[in-house]
Amino acid sequence: MNDATPEPAYNFAYLDEQTKRMIRRAILKGIAVPGYQVPFASREMPMPYGWGTGGVQVTAACLVPEDRLKVIDQGADDTTNAVSIRRFFARTAGVATTTRTADATLIQTRHRIPETPLHAGQILVYQVPIPEPLRFLEPRETETRKMHELEEYGLMHVKLYEDIARHGQIATSYAYPVKVSGRYVMDPSPIPKFDNPKLSDSPAIQLFGAGREQRIYALPPYTKVVSLDFDDHPFTASKAAHVCDLCGARASYLDEVITDDLGGRMFVCSDTDFCTDRQAHGKRGRLSAPISGGAA
Amino acid sequence: MYVAVKGGERAIDNAHAWLAEERRGDPSVPELSVAQIREQMRLAVNRVMAEGSLFDPDLAALAIKQSRGDLIEAVFLLRAYRTTLPRLASSHPVDTGAMAVDRRISATFKDLPGGQVLGPTFDYTHRLLDFKLAAEGTVPPAPQTATTAAPVPHVMDILNRDGLIEAATPDNTLPPDLTREPMELPAARALRLQAITRGDEGFILSMAYSTQRGYGRTHAFVGELRIGHVAVEVDIPELGFAVEIGEIELSECETVNQFSGSRTQPAQFTRGYGLVFGQSERKAIAMSLVDRALRWQELGEDFTGAPAQDEEFVLMHADNVQATGFLEHIKLPHYVDFQAELELVRRLRADAIALQEAAE
Repeated sequence: MNDATPEPAYNFAYLDEQTKRMIRRAILKGIAVPGYQVPFASREMPMPYGWGTGGVQVTAACLVPEDRLKVIDQGADDTTNAVSIRRFFARTAGVATTTRTADATLIQTRHRIPETPLHAGQILVYQVPIPEPLRFLEPRETETRKMHELEEYGLMHVKLYEDIARHGQIATSYAYPVKVSGRYVMDPSPIPKFDNPKLSDSPAIQLFGAGREQRIYALPPYTKVVSLDFDDHPFTASKAAHVCDLCGARASYLDEVITDDLGGRMFVCSDTDFCTDRQAHGKRGRLSAPISGGAA
Repeated sequence: MYVAVKGGERAIDNAHAWLAEERRGDPSVPELSVAQIREQMRLAVNRVMAEGSLFDPDLAALAIKQSRGDLIEAVFLLRAYRTTLPRLASSHPVDTGAMAVDRRISATFKDLPGGQVLGPTFDYTHRLLDFKLAAEGTVPPAPQTATTAAPVPHVMDILNRDGLIEAATPDNTLPPDLTREPMELPAARALRLQAITRGDEGFILSMAYSTQRGYGRTHAFVGELRIGHVAVEVDIPELGFAVEIGEIELSECETVNQFSGSRTQPAQFTRGYGLVFGQSERKAIAMSLVDRALRWQELGEDFTGAPAQDEEFVLMHADNVQATGFLEHIKLPHYVDFQAELELVRRLRADAIALQEAAE
């Protein structure tokens, strides 16, 4: 699928080569120091801050003409912002696009990691709103940078402990903090904690871009990523206790969809590619269409 | 059945088409031209240029037209365009002392060399709606007088002769460019001023106002406010000398601040500085107050916890393109995270209810 011809008025993938070089340097530094937030001179992009400008800049710096790009938001290829970003690169870089996780060489994502395991050679680019895992414990950047330097993460453990004292469990369900290679505490972006185990030992390169906050960080392939927890309160990757109503998947992350105003609801895979692929292979859920399977 | 955000592509196209129609408004009313906006909405154009960090009245006017008058959106359009432009050269520092002034006032001296020049100001107008304007009347030409070529020296230089005000020693190091390098804190004054001059006018105004009301009070007088055109000069390497490449309009404000001395400094007046593109005097005055408030450390004053003294607070929240983007992004889909929260709240409630029942 190749939705447009490239725009001749702009450089390949929009950014000029100098800017891309600057971003690539930040990416390389991030890969060399896994989990460390590298400051970079984020540019104004033609979409607003908060719409994924960090991810878009990282993607722009990584794209080559041979790439096949997939863009997802909330796990889905057809959400408005995913459509908008995919179109942006189809227009400014003229690269091929796809919705199939297995076929993509570069995947830009907001809030999810695809269900289909990634393979070597793929790059997963995350859009990050607040890169600093300690930000809501300490609002000052000058302080949090010092805390990372000194590996002073006591505050985070106290916060998690207080959660357990108050609620009997750690009350963080997304953007769940992780420790990378035994050194830096990192914000995995607002993915549900269900996705956290997929961060670790991934054969793909994982890059994180925060445009407004001017930070890039990275996980090189096969990096050990551990979700913070306590021996007596181990981390659990949780999801809705249901199966997908369209494809019958039991182990995929589900979205809850309100179907009427009488409490009716259904659960469907948040990863649309995973779900349609399963349906194409004959898997059925409680509410799937009889044969065609093109529901979601 | 399940629809959710399916059909995003067509929805986006249709939304854009509707937006274009709304922007144009009633087609029986003549369309605004960019030149009309540039000439008749000039203060809006100035604000967009200042916060967009790009001096180009035509592009700013175009951005205002395209954004339907939403000035923050217009600033954003201009910034997004600016970021694609190559950086060809750095100009020499502009000489505001040699400014061709349209307006120049001092609140600290009744009269002074160069005189008080009111210029085109709202200051002494009565704010009565002028219904004649609704009838699109033509304006009689304003009275004219021959200008004198007499120099208009800075008020600060006059004060400086007596050593009454802190010296501002020229610093010829190239200042950092926050559009090309990530902001680093603590920031040097040059970087702070850069961030404030492109910061949101409303935010800077409120910060300055808070200092006047006691949150980091600086006792400011407007030593001088001058608005006019200055030449921009650039070194041309092939020629070996600087060439004037054009003129820009600037508003410059210098405040004189009472200062009774501290552990490190003798009693002396101190300075706050504001410099903004175009006639943007509210912003220039506000900027100079915020600049002065942020200098507490350098002058050995106490940090009273006032927001305007807090460099990280001011600099990290002044940019309206960043702020509006992050604020408005919460309308994007968040259902994956919300689902995770939903599960968590259900689990916590189930635990609590089970405990309650066990207790009963």
